[in-house]
Amino acid sequence: MGLRKVAVVGAGMTKFVRRAQETGKELAYEAAKMALDSCELTLDDVDGVALGTAPDAFDGVHMKGEYLSDGAGAWRKPFMRSYVGGGTGVFAPIQGWYHVASGLFDVCLVVCEEKMSSCQPHPQGAFLTIFDHTTERPLGPNLLWIFALEMNRYMQTYGLQKKDIALVSVKNKRNAADHPCALLGDPNITVEDVLKSEVLAWPVQRLDVSPVTDGAVALVLAAENVAKRITDKPVWIKGVGWSLDTAYWTNRDLYYPKYVEYAARMAYEMAGIREPRKEIHIVEPYDPFDYKELHHLEGLLLADKGEAPRLTAEGVTARTGNMPVCPSGGLLGVGNPIAAAGLMKVAEIFWQLRGEAGKRQVPGKPITGLAQAWGDLMQVGTVIILGIGG
Amino acid sequence: MTAKIKEFPGVGLRESDFTERKVLFTEWKPDARYAWDAGVAIGRYLAELKEGRIIGVRCHHCRRTVVPPRIFCEWCFRPMDEWVYLEDHGVVNTFSICYVQWDMERLEEPLIPAVIEIAGASKGVGILHLLGEVDPREVKIGMKVKAVWKPAAERIGAITDIRYFKPIN
Repeated sequence: MGLRKVAVVGAGMTKFVRRAQETGKELAYEAAKMALDSCELTLDDVDGVALGTAPDAFDGVHMKGEYLSDGAGAWRKPFMRSYVGGGTGVFAPIQGWYHVASGLFDVCLVVCEEKMSSCQPHPQGAFLTIFDHTTERPLGPNLLWIFALEMNRYMQTYGLQKKDIALVSVKNKRNAADHPCALLGDPNITVEDVLKSEVLAWPVQRLDVSPVTDGAVALVLAAENVAKRITDKPVWIKGVGWSLDTAYWTNRDLYYPKYVEYAARMAYEMAGIREPRKEIHIVEPYDPFDYKELHHLEGLLLADKGEAPRLTAEGVTARTGNMPVCPSGGLLGVGNPIAAAGLMKVAEIFWQLRGEAGKRQVPGKPITGLAQAWGDLMQVGTVIILGIGG
Repeated sequence: MTAKIKEFPGVGLRESDFTERKVLFTEWKPDARYAWDAGVAIGRYLAELKEGRIIGVRCHHCRRTVVPPRIFCEWCFRPMDEWVYLEDHGVVNTFSICYVQWDMERLEEPLIPAVIEIAGASKGVGILHLLGEVDPREVKIGMKVKAVWKPAAERIGAITDIRYFKPIN
């Protein structure tokens, strides 16, 4: 396609906390500055900035992208803000990728920020407006409904039990205990704890859900010639994909995320990956709820339909398993500042492939990893594949 | 490089920091009001609900009948071909038993939202609504349910003209 090779050369993130003292702009600055420092670049080296953050109503700040821009390092630069719901954190680096791959920029700073705590009394007040204003909102929905409805359909289709799914929450919260920025890491959590937690919207219980979180993450992307000057460990963006399904969500079967499969197939094709289960060594699928990790592993073609729970039970997806899944601790453990959470997953793949993940480092020197995010009205899949070498 | 960084930025605050005003903050309550037009397709849908009927639309090209109605087929991207009256009963495709409202306030009686596949529409095509007159423990996927309508005089042309769907044998 005549595209240039693009590498991730730096990453930074703030702690993920329930309520940050810093403003969104300050969080964005902290993450962006750390990312630049990590690869010894300054703002002068940055040609353009791609920002991912939730819609304005979320923060009560109109043109929130512009409000955040100074913190994101965008002063007097080409600046783009994107939002595709929960899929944003993986879409923002895709946007950064095409600006570098196209030849437009040599270095692109990608920043994702979310401050969910500002919205009172609960950020669900902003989420609510995702439902159709005429045919759905008069029924008094809340955001948990769509997850509960989808989870129930998934469980029913394959005859799954809550305990099969709770294993994901346990794995991720335990993994997060080794993440220095995690909000909900817990080395001792058990399946029993998840099954005993409060029922919010059956089958969704308290510990099936990721928390409301504040935080920011940033990456530095560079074209091949620049990347090789900056670092001897560039992590290449091998493939990207994204796809959106219909907003008439009650007209399709929620048991399987077809749009994630389309996004994955697009990314695999670009990366030249024919056998994803052999060629993808480490996975960070989107896990705002425990069943979503399973749902997404199947949509990514990394597990047969209905088989992801078995892989989890057998330890295949453990940090030391054959296919580590969410070694970061995921959204369930590290936290879910929406756009920043997705970019945290890409940063985790970056750190893991460079062997810099510390206590979270997976064994076996992985060379290819995949991060995926999901969002909107159970609609969007965003996928990015990173690799070292080649 | 997480392994190389000892201290990450970000200061977590506690709820008490706000309630006891240990930190400074400002508040704002927007007065955001909207009046949404129902539009062409949903306008007709609501008008039919007022008459106690559920209407869908059919695309001859894609051979499917869908509800809620729309003026165009999003698959083949041409106008829908005809309006089709559907039954006011169907099958539970999926459901939840919800004990919280949007602000996380707890509910005394749970709400039971469900996707209901409407008879007369294509397989798997449903709408979001609520279930009622049923013990939450008895709700099953695949259960047959029927609309419980408000009396004609109380109907205003809204999705809530159907109070809920209840089980039928």
